[in-house]
Amino acid sequence: MKLLSPLVAACLLATAATAHAADPNLGRNLAATCANCHGTNGQAVKGSGMDTLAGMEKAKILQKLADYKSGDKPASIMHQISKGYTDAQLDLIATYFAAQK
Amino acid sequence: MMLMKRRDFLKIGAAAGAMASIYGCAAGAKASGHVVVVGGGYGGATVAKYLRMWSEGGVQVTLVERNPTFISCPISNLVIGGQKTMEDITISYEALRSKWGVRVIQDDVVAVDATKKTIALKGGSALSYDRLVLSPGVDFMWDEMPGLKSAEAQSKVLHAWKAGPQTIALRKQLESMKNGGVYAIAIPKAPYRCPPGPYERACLVANYFKQSKPKSKVVILDANEEVTSKKGLFTKAWSDLYKGIIEYRNNSEVKDVEAGSNTAILEFDKFKADVLNVIPPHRAGDIARTSGIKLINTRWVDINWLSMESTNTPGIHVLGDAIFPAPAMPKSGHMANQQGKLAAAAILNMLSGLDPNPEPVVMNTCYSFVDAQSVIHVSSVHQYDAVTKSVQPVKGAGGVSVARNELEAKVALGWAKNIWADMLA
Repeated sequence: MKLLSPLVAACLLATAATAHAADPNLGRNLAATCANCHGTNGQAVKGSGMDTLAGMEKAKILQKLADYKSGDKPASIMHQISKGYTDAQLDLIATYFAAQK
Repeated sequence: MMLMKRRDFLKIGAAAGAMASIYGCAAGAKASGHVVVVGGGYGGATVAKYLRMWSEGGVQVTLVERNPTFISCPISNLVIGGQKTMEDITISYEALRSKWGVRVIQDDVVAVDATKKTIALKGGSALSYDRLVLSPGVDFMWDEMPGLKSAEAQSKVLHAWKAGPQTIALRKQLESMKNGGVYAIAIPKAPYRCPPGPYERACLVANYFKQSKPKSKVVILDANEEVTSKKGLFTKAWSDLYKGIIEYRNNSEVKDVEAGSNTAILEFDKFKADVLNVIPPHRAGDIARTSGIKLINTRWVDINWLSMESTNTPGIHVLGDAIFPAPAMPKSGHMANQQGKLAAAAILNMLSGLDPNPEPVVMNTCYSFVDAQSVIHVSSVHQYDAVTKSVQPVKGAGGVSVARNELEAKVALGWAKNIWADMLA
């Protein structure tokens, strides 16, 4: 069951989050757009200076992203990138990274 | 993430199948089949890894790549500028083999049969596929530049627009050039691979001259009306850092070359340089053009943005610099990597009998060094739009650096480490 739970969670989330037929792997797919800088599944390369997002608390990721979006948190680039995603998409991304070990 | 053992995978597949019947959710649907990927660059290596990772080993993947190792175009201007070596930008395909179970074949693809779903290799063998991914990059339009058709001319007037032997050869030409010499770089009309790349190269060559050959000059012969990327930031760097060294000439299309005398031929003019670096116009890699898939303007592949699949040839997906780009989308390694993941997700759905994700997103970041310590970036996010059936840049998102800065030089190198690992580790 331990291995199964993320899948169940993904299913429930995909069903609950959207009225229309969202892709069951939407969170995974969206999170993969972050991997170029933050590493595959949010595991940044050690010593690369990039934040590892895997296993970070969901609320913390969402707060950071909200602060980038609002401009409260100064950034070189994340203030521009975070504005390209809807809040629902950022929620899916944060959920995915928080579930990574 | 480790590849799961097949036994565990089947268990989860069965359990998830039960879930699917309850929740109408197909997250556990099992994809299987054989995907052949042609080209192991930013697009091809990424799609190969992600197909294996996301299918948990369920899909067999064969990657055909003509070179023995991956050599990165991004960061290669730092080799030309003298800050980095070829070793720094060269990465093995070994982890794709040993960690992800990708079958990597070093060979050239000579023909695609979309009806029989086979490809023929130069080495004589053939491969059959359930789905084919072409990530062939670009090939140069030598017919447009007759003076560069011969191998001899091409070894003298370099492009260095595919990282590899030409990268180091251009560095050597610059090292051999006398103090007081002129380096000229010719930029083709957009679209071309890596819009800011030529301007970054001009900066890094000028940086080298400033330190080692201060009487020397850099002349940019740009076929475009103006600087095509990060214009304000580049022009500011030229006036702040390289005044009297870099000269920019717009609307200066190089039509041909006299290789023997290092002379660029423009419409009404000629320009002789000590080191002439011509980036010829280019188009989708030859294998994409000869495989019968639909092209736009006879140059770039027309694809469906939900799946990266050819619009006229089902079963063939195309990535990276070879495609006709969506609005405001650059031909970049970062974008090819993003497209690789879009394609991997779509292919796994299609191999499981599902439709591709109806709302894909891709994004781009591109860092350019303007000297050894300072970097500028451009970024964008592109969301699928059902009306135009394309991915459209999100208004209000993306942008460029406020000013060149040293922090982003560290970020640029961190970006390289992470994207290389995302493709190949």
